[in-house]
Amino acid sequence: MANVQATPSSLPASSAALTGAVSVQASQGVRAEWHRTGAMLTYRRWSAVMIGLLLASAAVVVLCSQFGAVPVRLADIWAALQAVLTTGSSEVSSLGTAGVIFLQVRLPRVLMGFLVGSALASVGVTLQALLRNPLADPYVLGVSSGAALGASLAMLLGVGATVMLFPLLPLFGFAGGLFALVLIYRLAQAHGRLPLHSLLLAGVILNAILTALIMFITSIMEPNRSAGLMAWLMGALTAPGYPALAVVVIYVACVSAVLMRNAQVLNVLTQGEETARSLGIDTERVKKQLYVLTALVTGAVVSVSGMIGFVGMVVPHAVRLTVGSDHRLLLPASALVGGMFLVVSDTIARTVFAPAEIPVGIVTALAGGPFFLYLLLWRKDRMT
Amino acid sequence: MTTSAGSCAAGPSCSIGAAIDVAGLSFRYRSDQPGRAWTLDEVSFAVYSGEVLGIVGPNGSGKSSLLKLLAGLLRPDRGTIQLAGQSVGRLEPQVLARMVAVVPQEFVQVFPFTVAETVLMGRFPHQRTGWWNLGMAEESGDDLLVAHRAMVDTDVLALADRSLSDLSGGERQRVLIARALAQEPSILLLDEPMAFLDINHQIDICELIRRLNKERALTVVLVSHDLNVASQLCDRLVMLKEGRVCQTGTPAETIREDVLSAVYGCDVVVDAHPHTGLPRVTIPSVSGRF
Repeated sequence: MANVQATPSSLPASSAALTGAVSVQASQGVRAEWHRTGAMLTYRRWSAVMIGLLLASAAVVVLCSQFGAVPVRLADIWAALQAVLTTGSSEVSSLGTAGVIFLQVRLPRVLMGFLVGSALASVGVTLQALLRNPLADPYVLGVSSGAALGASLAMLLGVGATVMLFPLLPLFGFAGGLFALVLIYRLAQAHGRLPLHSLLLAGVILNAILTALIMFITSIMEPNRSAGLMAWLMGALTAPGYPALAVVVIYVACVSAVLMRNAQVLNVLTQGEETARSLGIDTERVKKQLYVLTALVTGAVVSVSGMIGFVGMVVPHAVRLTVGSDHRLLLPASALVGGMFLVVSDTIARTVFAPAEIPVGIVTALAGGPFFLYLLLWRKDRMT
Repeated sequence: MTTSAGSCAAGPSCSIGAAIDVAGLSFRYRSDQPGRAWTLDEVSFAVYSGEVLGIVGPNGSGKSSLLKLLAGLLRPDRGTIQLAGQSVGRLEPQVLARMVAVVPQEFVQVFPFTVAETVLMGRFPHQRTGWWNLGMAEESGDDLLVAHRAMVDTDVLALADRSLSDLSGGERQRVLIARALAQEPSILLLDEPMAFLDINHQIDICELIRRLNKERALTVVLVSHDLNVASQLCDRLVMLKEGRVCQTGTPAETIREDVLSAVYGCDVVVDAHPHTGLPRVTIPSVSGRF
């Protein structure tokens, strides 16, 4: 800081007056000074954090692939990866049992967990900025319930009950999630900025209503189908086929790209509706776009993995505390940490009572719920 | 009641050199019942380039609404607001944000952004996001230069890495002014910049506004409920009562005992400030005091 204070007089008085080489030199000087303060996001910090998190993500994916009902050793994973990369085939004969389990069961499930976790964390970050509320979470607000209601309805009607009809089931989830979000959006618009307690209350009531409707749907279903529905509702990851995984990859990647493109917009939106507008953002349009995007992701994620709670709240919160509030870093970093968080949670879910599994939603709720309560009760400064 | 005063009667006929030209402006909040009076009713005045104009009046007279209309945050029901000949409603939000900057009255910081990050957000209207970097671009050298200068001018450079919620009211106000300056506007709008500030910080902010007005040739429009501050700080005042302009002119022309008693409905004492000679308002002796 001392550096910054010492030199302002040496800086040119007007940027408009600068031209050519002078401008380049001066702006380099100022850039160096800005970087010394450490008070802003720099490309160097961005890449350091992201490279670190990418490496950690890869490590978590590989390490967590070992654990499950049948353990797969790292050597098996290595051999399987080598076989696929060199021969390009995943023939059972060349891999051995462990290799097949890794490639066809463990890896798709871990990757799906990673995608779901990062999508939920991205949705959480976006909702928090849109609602200007650090505790906003798709699960707590009832957006996940809305999506689950849509998906349950689709299953009741037989859409995607037998085949994974990917374009259709997420679409129902999207419609349900959007319905919940429109309600929350209306509430938030009517009261300017919704205070935390009102927001949580609205979420509780919405959750209660939507859960009742989901229960109604399960109660009129045939028992064998409703049991599967219940397990899915609690948030469960299964091993999808690679085509299904690819669809989710494309889906999450596209929406994440649009969200990341709006990172700077999210930054400005956190400064409040009027400030955002006076800084040149067409807030009505942008907010609608972002709400629709969040509903899209939530719908897709819920339709593949049910209701997994608190990832969207715990992860962005922890990331914000460590890397700062700038969404250009917060958003992608939360996505990676969210992915890792869910992969680890799912590993716990499938190993503690192995060979039986518990739904991963229970693990994230048991980890995230108390954290949420802690913030609510003891960190009053974070809950205005 | 006097309806207009001053060397130049407000209105479209007198818009030469006007930075902002307001003509026949009427506005009502949509949540209001249809029968209710207009929040702003047939308001006309001009803001000249390079002046400091104060909007004063009692609580609920429509001061803040008028400022929001000038900033394009609200849409007028009738009448026009022109910035350098262009209608505010027709300007692209980003273009408008490069011409006009707003310093809001209150600011709730929800996420722990640093002062530097907050000021850099003022560069948003000058930045373009593209697909090639997915919105992950770093600030340009120009952005940093302009923001740096804004922070030097408002004396918040030393606070660069602090969180906004850790600052005092006066410091926060200066940071918000720095963010507005980072927009490189030609017009600066301030909503009650001195409210909730101690007297020392009030002086700081007054001096800062005056300095920016002079050094950067900024046109300043500010809303204030404090007549004394407005009198010392502003070149001209627009006095509102119940959504109507009832007096415009220099402080000497607007802050008069007869005008104030008509606008505020009470008697006050107006005398001359011992140093500046500008009008000074004090309350008369409170009955029952002696």
